[in-house]
Amino acid sequence: MNALVVVPTTTWYLMLSAVLFVLGTVGVLVRRNPLIMFMCIELMLNAVNLSFVALGRQIDSIDGQAIVFFVLVVAAAEVVVGLGIIVSIMRRRNEVTVDDLAELKG
Amino acid sequence: MELFVFVCASVMVLAGALGVILRSNPVHAALSLILTLFGVAVLFVAQHAEFLAAVQVIVYAGAIVVLFLFVIMLLGVDRAENMRTEPLAAQRWIAGVVGIGMLALLVAAVYSGSDEVVVRGEGIASTVAGDNPNANVEQLAKSIFSDYVVAFELTSILLVVAVVGTVLLARRRRGEVKAEQ
Repeated sequence: MNALVVVPTTTWYLMLSAVLFVLGTVGVLVRRNPLIMFMCIELMLNAVNLSFVALGRQIDSIDGQAIVFFVLVVAAAEVVVGLGIIVSIMRRRNEVTVDDLAELKG
Repeated sequence: MELFVFVCASVMVLAGALGVILRSNPVHAALSLILTLFGVAVLFVAQHAEFLAAVQVIVYAGAIVVLFLFVIMLLGVDRAENMRTEPLAAQRWIAGVVGIGMLALLVAAVYSGSDEVVVRGEGIASTVAGDNPNANVEQLAKSIFSDYVVAFELTSILLVVAVVGTVLLARRRRGEVKAEQ
């Protein structure tokens, strides 16, 4: 029974957050669809949110959660603007990989 | 119990993240993203951040992923991407090396600081406010509307600017509509 009362410490949450962040980074580096790259950026933002909440709990402060709240708002705004740009670009071109978007003129 | 929740939520988070970067169909990737976001919401609940968990589900899974799906449908890109061919040779190798290096650095950083975080707080709800079930929301509201009120007002400006800018970006100009007709 004693083995069952192991509680995950802050370090566990930070390790999970690190793995999630690295997965998001690898996704941004590997994938060529701009929509999927945006999703990977969301993964990285979520990893950072997770570490903020874990560390805020660690020091018994609400500030970590307040910062996560603002990160959520900024992430929403970022997705809206990014998807607007993608829609306006894709309306002119049919191909959907970022390799075709290397030139701004077009 | 928290260990069980942590393990299950971690599996959800990592499976969803792997799904996002491995699935070739963008719709499947967006659905995997929902899995990850729900896992993170569960972890928020496990750390007594109930308000953020609700906001995570409503804003991320409810709004942002739906926006992604709308754009996927709107652009008609919901066909599988060809993942076999790689135009830039060695890009995946380099990405893998960068990923492993970064993971090693982050894990080393967390590990070297793990002595500092062994003594864990009991969670904000239990330490400050006793048994009040609304403690999380009340403290967050006090913090946002007093300490961070300027930042809060700035986010409203940010949202307005983002909405107006997106409408400007995405609308069709008059010439384009005529040309399509």
